[in-house]
Amino acid sequence: MNNRLINWFRYASPQSFYPLAGRMIPWFWAFTAVFGLIGLWISFFAAPTDATQGEGYRIIFVHVPTSWMSMFIYLIMAFWAGLGLALNARLSGMMAQALAPTGALMAFLSLLTGALWGKPMWGAWWVWDARLTSELILFFLYIGFIALQAAIDDPRRADKAGAILALVGVVNIPIIYFSVKWWNTLHQGASVSLTKAPAMAQTMLWGMLIMALFFWMYTIAVALTRVRAIILERESHTEWVKEEVRL
Amino acid sequence: MIWNSPADFFAMGGYAFYVWGSFGACALAMIVEPWLATHRRTTILNSLSKLNQDNNE
Repeated sequence: MNNRLINWFRYASPQSFYPLAGRMIPWFWAFTAVFGLIGLWISFFAAPTDATQGEGYRIIFVHVPTSWMSMFIYLIMAFWAGLGLALNARLSGMMAQALAPTGALMAFLSLLTGALWGKPMWGAWWVWDARLTSELILFFLYIGFIALQAAIDDPRRADKAGAILALVGVVNIPIIYFSVKWWNTLHQGASVSLTKAPAMAQTMLWGMLIMALFFWMYTIAVALTRVRAIILERESHTEWVKEEVRL
Repeated sequence: MIWNSPADFFAMGGYAFYVWGSFGACALAMIVEPWLATHRRTTILNSLSKLNQDNNE
């Protein structure tokens, strides 16, 4: 047909994606380090003390980015899973599988840092509030996805079953996001919204955004590392993997 | 933000446990997870190369 299409689909095969991922990983680790250093410097030195929460508010610089990531990763995971289901592409299922543990970790960190923030500010580690509960459900969805895939021996069938679970679970993402609007909750409203100016100091906002970039770069680096392991595990019968091992 | 002393910095205005607990948990997770992912790849590479050797013998 034409060359552009061919180039685009070239990396959809595990064989050509494997070395590409290997070349990209060091770059994403470098970006992780750069954004991490800038982000931590803003978190602890550039950002001023909060008027009502003192220094305790600094938890925001890890709590908000991990919460965002737990939702983003789920959407990307569901996207890959859905693509794998629709196009029957092997690499898509592997990508979804590689993202799930990182997503689960981000959801866990979001809940943990939330508890550590809730205790001094609300006086409770945990409340059964709409925002907290829906985030806990997200964590269970990740665990369910991982467990379901681990329980099925045939990887292609595991991909399909996992994809259905991931796609059904997407309904939880808007519930988490809008929970603070739809219900009366203890959790504060959105810190940053697309429709109105952020209700926070510029430096704090920048710190949060750069920390979010830091978690993004980390997620990409670790997911690419994991997808390389998964490719080797699932393609171990192929000639190119045997060639790769011989090197 | 200008901290008066290192002790002041580590005290985090009385929120030391909560602030350092949060950042510490994230740091720990972000060290362990990449290690596990790398380890998973080394494990499969090792077992595949062992399989290769056994076949060649």
